[in-house]
Amino acid sequence: MNPSSMDIVIAGVGGQGTVLASRVLAQAALEAGLSAKTSETIGMAQREGTVQSHVRIGKDDFGPVIGTGQADVLLAFEPAEAVRALGLLKPGGLLMVNDYPIRPVTVTLGTSAYQTEAILDYLKNTPFQLKVVRAFDTAIAAGSFKAVNTVMLGALAATGRLPFSRSAVLKVLLELVPAKAREINERGFELGAKL
Amino acid sequence: MGKKLFMGNEAIARGAIEAGLHLATAYPGTPSSEIIGTLAAWSGEFPYYVEWSVNEKVAMEVAAGAAYAGARALVAMKQVGLNVASDPLMSLAYIGVKGALVVAVADDPGPHSSQTEQDTRTFAKFAKLPVFDPASPEEALEMTKDAFELSHRYGIPVFLRPTTRVCHATAGVEISEIQSLPTEGFVKDPRWVIFPRLSYERHRWLENQLEKMAVEFSDNRWNRMTPGDRLGIIAGGISYYYAVEAAQALGLHPTILKIGNPHPAPQAKIEAFLQQVDQVIVVEELDPVIEEAVLAVAGRIGFTGKIHGKISGDLPRAGEYSVDLVKNVLMKVCGVKLDAAAAVLDAPPQLPLRPPVLCAGCPHRASFYAVKRATKGMNAIYTGDIGCYTLGNAQPLAMVDTCLCMGAGITVGQGLQRIEPERPVFTFIGDSTFFHTGIPGLINAVYNKHVIKLVLLDNSTTAMTGHQPHPGMGRTASGEVTQVVDVVALIRACGVEWVEEVNPLDLQAAENAVRKSLEHPGVAAIVMRYPCVALYKPSRRFRVDASRCINCKRCIKELGCPAFYQEEKPEIGPSCYGCGLCVQVCPVGAIKEANC
Repeated sequence: MNPSSMDIVIAGVGGQGTVLASRVLAQAALEAGLSAKTSETIGMAQREGTVQSHVRIGKDDFGPVIGTGQADVLLAFEPAEAVRALGLLKPGGLLMVNDYPIRPVTVTLGTSAYQTEAILDYLKNTPFQLKVVRAFDTAIAAGSFKAVNTVMLGALAATGRLPFSRSAVLKVLLELVPAKAREINERGFELGAKL
Repeated sequence: MGKKLFMGNEAIARGAIEAGLHLATAYPGTPSSEIIGTLAAWSGEFPYYVEWSVNEKVAMEVAAGAAYAGARALVAMKQVGLNVASDPLMSLAYIGVKGALVVAVADDPGPHSSQTEQDTRTFAKFAKLPVFDPASPEEALEMTKDAFELSHRYGIPVFLRPTTRVCHATAGVEISEIQSLPTEGFVKDPRWVIFPRLSYERHRWLENQLEKMAVEFSDNRWNRMTPGDRLGIIAGGISYYYAVEAAQALGLHPTILKIGNPHPAPQAKIEAFLQQVDQVIVVEELDPVIEEAVLAVAGRIGFTGKIHGKISGDLPRAGEYSVDLVKNVLMKVCGVKLDAAAAVLDAPPQLPLRPPVLCAGCPHRASFYAVKRATKGMNAIYTGDIGCYTLGNAQPLAMVDTCLCMGAGITVGQGLQRIEPERPVFTFIGDSTFFHTGIPGLINAVYNKHVIKLVLLDNSTTAMTGHQPHPGMGRTASGEVTQVVDVVALIRACGVEWVEEVNPLDLQAAENAVRKSLEHPGVAAIVMRYPCVALYKPSRRFRVDASRCINCKRCIKELGCPAFYQEEKPEIGPSCYGCGLCVQVCPVGAIKEANC
């Protein structure tokens, strides 16, 4: 992997904070002197729908959207959304998945099914480097279930695979979140980094 | 001055300030909303005026007035907003402007969050106005500045047409100094009063301006050729990047013409390009605007190579493009193959459907549910409108039978009611949408005796597009306190004699109001008022007491609240916002306040 260029897909559910996570990675890249661009899902899908953010680092000549089989990393905040975005990941790519399912209303109402075990098993048998992250419990331990995104960012930053340091990611994160949310986010990030 | 990570819409805002912006207006609409949102947020730092206008027509006219006075004005909207603003714009193309007027219209190929995939470049051809079509946030900033300059030099409104993938992309964008320009002021002149005689003269003037601009566009930096072999690709907007990435992945070295001004087409540039290539692939989302221009030039100069595009059937007219789509077209046209880049995967297990839903605690859920309960068995029709509440059409509420465009719920309901007078018609509309285009429809109902029941879903914000203020909130775009336009007084002033205000989270009271509205023989209005969950922090949460719960699942099946999930018995997750609607639905009192 060329350390100065990287494609990252962040997949999740509207409200989980994929946009913040992608902004943090892009800003950290810029501060490391690399070019960065992102593409987000904003609008109707933010209401608990499927969302994706794409982050492209060091890809000056290309647009912000990552094509099939191009991503080096898939950071999935939710297991079913990991499966939905899997086609974007290149063979051997890093697949980091929060194992806590968010069951949509269609499942609660019985009009569609969430096969948690089957989904997690499926992810285990794919040709990617899988790392399962217990991000939901960790976020609760950090102070809020909403900190799943920062837990996942911490876990990703701690792999050492990003073209900038873990502390650079944390610095940008703490600059981008509101002052009153800094403590929970810092805790979430640090706990995530230890997973 | 260095690079900043800007979203495309923020880059447009910055570009406008660098171009000497005096006034900016808009009605919010995805994916355009952050243009004016950003200008509103920065309004304390710079000397321009910014407003959320009541609708796009109003926004266009306020901006036009400022430009008449010599100001540099920006008006922003989404593509369907341009339909609302088209009346002033069509005439304004003839009348022209003095300072500068940039009309930023965000298109939404896909569509991700829109009623149509209409192409503003086609609209620009119809309106006879020039267009800048940025491919990235970096270009969006620079093109905004150039659009202001062009508008000023030609005295004509200029379109800036970003798409979702530009508006909602971010990139490190180079910023530079801001300009501060004087305004000349309004000078009385017959040119500002449109009459048929003047229209004819100005039409001729406008056509002449377009011819001059087409020449200028052939030489500017936005319509540029990258030399390569005899395979030609012409692309505009984000599709340019898809084409570059696809060609590189396939090891192709085409001659590429990037079109940043699709109208008026830079014909001389296209002609020069056609002389360098044997065949052409035109890559552009939505309408074949560039392709038609290429075909016209090709026909004129006798170019005999193939032109692959939408008209030839090689590329789709509908939907968003991608690197993958362009790769497939290139492989087919060029006869090259590429080993699949993606991993070969087993068929995945069935995945849950995850459509967007009303938030946990959303007051609209309660409003819909109250009307549903009170009208059970009546064969009523429920017309909807544009906003978060369009999501009320989903199961289990199923309370939005129609949705057409802004303001159409109230009026479509009148036509339905006239044809089937025995069926009750409830017309749902949000507070911001009511101000936007709801009011004339309500007056029509009263005047023409259409017996509709208006349900105004007043959540004190423009929620779907990102919580912009509106006239009912007592706050302007820049945060100043202003007079509140009272919707109840407004409804009464429209001639509605029966109006009741109710908190929809008080289910019994809301149901009673609905029943009473049906007893009133004429137009009746219920204002369901409770703030959007984004405007306050929850003060309580609820849980299911498993020892009391009889597992009837009414809470789940009646409401479709995303905070619920089903284990052995229904449970409430941490996203509960404490609205308490489920408490009023549970037949055994099993839902209780959680100790949080």
